[in-house]
Amino acid sequence: MDATTRRTVSMGLGVSLAVSMYGVSFGALSVASGLDVWQTQVLSLLMFSGGSQFAVIGLVAAGASGFSAIASAALLGVRNTLYAVTIAPTVGGGFWRRIVAGHWTIDESTAVSIAQDDVRHKRLGFWITGAGIFVGWNLMTFVGAILGDALGDVRAYGLDAAAAAAFLGLLWPRLSGRDPIAIAVVAAVVTAWALPSLPPGVPVLVAAAVGLVAGLWLKRGRP
Amino acid sequence: MSLWMTIITASVAVLALKLIGYVVPRSFGEHPTVQNASSILTIALLASLVTTQTLGSATGFALDARVVAIVLAGVLLWLRAPFIVVVIAGAASAAVLRATGLMP
Repeated sequence: MDATTRRTVSMGLGVSLAVSMYGVSFGALSVASGLDVWQTQVLSLLMFSGGSQFAVIGLVAAGASGFSAIASAALLGVRNTLYAVTIAPTVGGGFWRRIVAGHWTIDESTAVSIAQDDVRHKRLGFWITGAGIFVGWNLMTFVGAILGDALGDVRAYGLDAAAAAAFLGLLWPRLSGRDPIAIAVVAAVVTAWALPSLPPGVPVLVAAAVGLVAGLWLKRGRP
Repeated sequence: MSLWMTIITASVAVLALKLIGYVVPRSFGEHPTVQNASSILTIALLASLVTTQTLGSATGFALDARVVAIVLAGVLLWLRAPFIVVVIAGAASAAVLRATGLMP
C-alpha cells in the first residue's frame, strides 16, 4: 500500500469511526421520541442520512404531522442529490454498484472522496467511508435504541437537550461566512415566532421557505 | 398517517433523492442557483430544527434547561470540541439543572 492510499484509508476509517459513535445518540433519541427499535433501525438502514433522520424523530416527538416530517426529511435530503451528481463520474459503472453508491452518498463519504487528489483515490475514499459509516452507524443505532429503551424518563437524562445540541453540531460546520450566519438567524427567528401560533412541524417548513428567499436575495448579483 | 407510513415514505423519498443524482445531467447539479438553493435550504432547516428542539413544547413554546444546554453546546463547538462531546455535554447540563431543581 503506497503512502497516498494509506492516507485515504485512514481518513475514511477515522471519519467512519467518529460518525458511527453518534449513531448511539440517534438510536437513544429515536426511541425517546416514540419510535420502537425496529422503526429506528429502518431509518438508519433505509434513509441513512443523519440530518434527515434527526429531523424525522424530532418532528415525531413534537407531535408534527407525517407530512411535515416527510417534507423536512426530503428537503434536508436535497443536498445528497447534488453530492451524487458531483461524485457519480468517480464511482464507476454497473447498475447495482450505482444503486449502492447512491444509498451511501452522504455528507461524509462525499467529503472524503472529493478531498483526494486523483480518481482512483477518490473512488477508494468514497467506498471506504460509505461502507464504514453504513456498518458502524447501523450497529451504533441498534446499541443506542436498546440503551434508550432501558432509560425510561428521557427528560431527566437531558435527551431532549441532546437533540438540540446534535442539530447545532450538524449546522455549525456550515456557518462559514456572513451569508450562512444571516440565513441561520433568519430561520431561527422565524421558527421562534411561529412555534406558539402554528401546528407542530409547520414552523420548520415556513422557516425553510423564508430562509431560502432570504438566502437567494442575499446572494443576488454575486457569483 | 401511521408512524410506519411516515418512516417508510420519508426513507424512500430521501433514498430516491440520492439516486436521482446518478441519472440527472451533470450540468443541472453544477448550476450555481441549484447549488446555492441546496446549501441555503440545508442551513435554514438545521437552524430551524435547533430552535424547535430548544424552545418547542406541548404548548408551543417553553424556556427551560435546554436553553442553557444549547448555549453550552455553542461554546463547545466554538472551542472545536468533537460532535459526541457536544451532544453529551448538552444532555448532561440539562440533566444536572433538572436534578438539582434549578430549572425545569
